[in-house]
Amino acid sequence: MTPDLTNESGGVVVTKMNDLMNWARLSSLWPLSFGIACCAIEMMGALVSTYDLDRFGVFPRPSARQADVIIIAGTVTFKMAERIKRLYEQMPEPKYVISMGSCSNCGGPYWQHGYHVVKGVDRVIPVDVYVQGCPPRPEALIGAILELQKKIEQEQLIG
Amino acid sequence: MSFDDIKLLLTNKFGESVITGEEYTGMQPALLIDPDRIAEVCLELRDNPKTYFDFLSCLTGIDYGIDSGRFGVVYNLSSIPYHLQLTLKVSKENNRNEEELPSFPSVTSVYRTADWHEREAFDLVGIFFEGHPDLRRILLPDDWEGYPLRKDYKTAEYYKGIKID
Ligand code: SF4
Repeated sequence: MTPDLTNESGGVVVTKMNDLMNWARLSSLWPLSFGIACCAIEMMGALVSTYDLDRFGVFPRPSARQADVIIIAGTVTFKMAERIKRLYEQMPEPKYVISMGSCSNCGGPYWQHGYHVVKGVDRVIPVDVYVQGCPPRPEALIGAILELQKKIEQEQLIG
Repeated sequence: MSFDDIKLLLTNKFGESVITGEEYTGMQPALLIDPDRIAEVCLELRDNPKTYFDFLSCLTGIDYGIDSGRFGVVYNLSSIPYHLQLTLKVSKENNRNEEELPSFPSVTSVYRTADWHEREAFDLVGIFFEGHPDLRRILLPDDWEGYPLRKDYKTAEYYKGIKID
């Protein structure tokens, strides 16, 4: 952008309402501060200084009512599954789910003999992006955020 | 105090029948104790000035398998002042019927630590502890059916409508 376009008195930007809203939404994806097992450690790593997910407008919110995305970072036990479902239901629409790590994708190391583990969080809530790894590196989670941004960019909320 | 001294101390106090056997195969020797008297034995070992087993390091519930039909509990005691370790074991036959859980006296009155350990053994192995103040499941949801660390446990197909596999 040239300086006179960004200048308050001068510039005009023409865009579609839908694109503007999508741009605003994808630039401020607020996840719920919620982590359930070892993967959450990598999620925290992604959020703080070295990887700094803040750059993408991603910073965690303490309430489901303020969250746009829930990152399922860890092992989903049956006991936790109910809580996850409730948290998801408390989030306002439009809402998104990132399944981070093998556990939440498919049960991970508890695939066999894991009587207490839900074999994939998608049995409880719908998932938008899956991240593979045990645990996935912070880069992989950043990749998932970028994927989610692409998805949001294509959405039609109005019209 | 050596292992033999501890044995002597117990038999002097409670009689020969309190010790039902010994095991030397494990990492440390274990005393097999008459299940009905385990709480008294623990209390004596804790309070006797020669032993002061003041710390319950661990309490484990064990299913000895379908063939033997036995359930047991292992107590790992430590004496902080004397740097001593002692393993006690109790076991009982049981018909594996979930209506009649194998039952042992609770040692919560001796060691407060035993509270959650006994709840865990109850939750996962299905061992009942008489006199426990609050014997509820501790890890699994309250409405869970069965005791998953039993050798004959079969995973259910569904839990609250979610497929288990
Ligand atoms: S996928 Fe691996 S790292 Fe992540 S929660 Fe499961 S066991 Fe832990």
